[in-house]
Amino acid sequence: MIFDLVKEILIEKFGEQVIVAEEREGKQPAIFILADLIDRVCLTLRDHPDTWFDFLSCLSGVDYGVEAQKFGVIYHLSSIIKNHQIVLKVIQENNRDLSQLPIFKSVSKVWKAAEWHEREAFDLLGIYFENHPDLRRILLPDDWEGYPLRKDYQNAEQYHNIKIEF
Amino acid sequence: MESPTVNLHQAALERYQAKINTVSAEEMVLNLGPQHPSTHGVLRLELITDGEIVKEVIPHIGYLHRCFEKHGEALNYAQIIPYTDRMDYLASMNNNHAFVMGIEKMLGIENDIPKRIEYIRVLVCELNRIASHLIAIGTYGIDIGAFTPFLWCFRDREHIMNMLEWASGARMLYNYIWVGGLFYDIPVGFEERCLEFVQYFKPKMKELNELLTDNQIFISRTANIGVLPLDVAINYGCSGPMLRGSGLKYDLRRVDEYSVYPELDFEIPYAKGEIGTVGDCWNRYKVRVDEIAESLKIIEQSLEKLTKAHPRTKEFDPRALVPKKIVPKAQDFYIRAENPKGEIGFYFIADGRSDKPFRVKSRGPSFCNLSVLPEISKGVMIADLVAIIGSLDIVLGEVDR
Repeated sequence: MIFDLVKEILIEKFGEQVIVAEEREGKQPAIFILADLIDRVCLTLRDHPDTWFDFLSCLSGVDYGVEAQKFGVIYHLSSIIKNHQIVLKVIQENNRDLSQLPIFKSVSKVWKAAEWHEREAFDLLGIYFENHPDLRRILLPDDWEGYPLRKDYQNAEQYHNIKIEF
Repeated sequence: MESPTVNLHQAALERYQAKINTVSAEEMVLNLGPQHPSTHGVLRLELITDGEIVKEVIPHIGYLHRCFEKHGEALNYAQIIPYTDRMDYLASMNNNHAFVMGIEKMLGIENDIPKRIEYIRVLVCELNRIASHLIAIGTYGIDIGAFTPFLWCFRDREHIMNMLEWASGARMLYNYIWVGGLFYDIPVGFEERCLEFVQYFKPKMKELNELLTDNQIFISRTANIGVLPLDVAINYGCSGPMLRGSGLKYDLRRVDEYSVYPELDFEIPYAKGEIGTVGDCWNRYKVRVDEIAESLKIIEQSLEKLTKAHPRTKEFDPRALVPKKIVPKAQDFYIRAENPKGEIGFYFIADGRSDKPFRVKSRGPSFCNLSVLPEISKGVMIADLVAIIGSLDIVLGEVDR
């Protein structure tokens, strides 16, 4: 099974500490990866001849809520040649202070597709991606304040003196 | 305390502004869109040009951002379906189908759905796929300067719109496919009318090919323009006709074998480079034309099944399995399906307690397909850039969500 194969490859290359936890039950098992290693893990999985995850299906940022104080980035990888899929998760704690965004490693060097997905995660959730070539807001205006997909987001009342009505 | 992250993301903005402000004397910054007709919606492109030559393209998106994901967190699953209509509004049925399939898989009822419902879903999805490709082809013609194909495509698309309106009650935004079933069974006489349309439409495609596909002017404008190599396409996450236009035979309908597609006989068209090079605008266009023919094959087979193997009965209730309240178990789930534009994906996080998703993220195919534009349009002429944008076949409703 691809899940065990990926685990084996990662443990062999990075040691036991790379896998923080795993989620076996459920329809799509996921591996929790150590935040510092995610970019190297992705590169390994992309280039390894047995895994060959050449296609990044989706990259989603997640805010796990005010009580949890956690942010996550979920990577859905798929291999066109081998026809298999895997889910990687990176979770980090953060105190939700807008001046101290959670910092994740960017995988845009591995898959260019991640570039816009990461910009979107930054734009809507305020997740900062280290080593990203161009981390500007993508869907919202450059001068927008706050990150709307956060669970504690307060709706803006006005934008450039234009009242926003609901 | 001043955190590093605030300065760092300001730095990216300043880098971008510096790039725009410090163009050399020979260069010019040109704005294309968001109201330009050939950007297919509200896409704004900032071009750094040297005369007629595009040196760099900086896309700006978000003009049609309607907070799909934020709305999704506030609504229950069934209420989100109309929002998915408005993502790729040219292929609403396909969006509905992908979204509903995801929820059905989370609930574990995907194998209980009657075959008749699945065939109706496939039927309306393929009709919608043809409609979407007709728009792609028609508006592409108009981008290049051919006005007639546009009118012909819209004339034929209107037949599909009328049929889907008959079934669902809406012309473009259907909300027809529901979790566990359908809004209604297809109306009496739909099968006959649909078959009639297929008979009518087949010769029209031949005409369209004569008019556009083999047209020397069209070929000169599109062949060898905007070549997208396969490795670049995969790395940028391009999917659908973009990926197949680069020569890869890859279709999620065959790869994932969802719904009743494994029971249907159809080919996956991919670019072979009869004209121009594999991966250029003409080949991407040709994949769409060929896909229409395949969709027609699927429609004929579904109609055959719907009239013979799974005919209409009085007792048949397409809402029989529709749950009153949708509360999936606590889980994460990513569903992907083949939209006319490529891989549409929905990522759900269900908390197991409420009938609203904790998080729903959508991966629009146009979003990823558009991200490759700056890469393949370096050093092209401005007129060719328009040809390239048209060949991407983006829908801004889905890019911005």
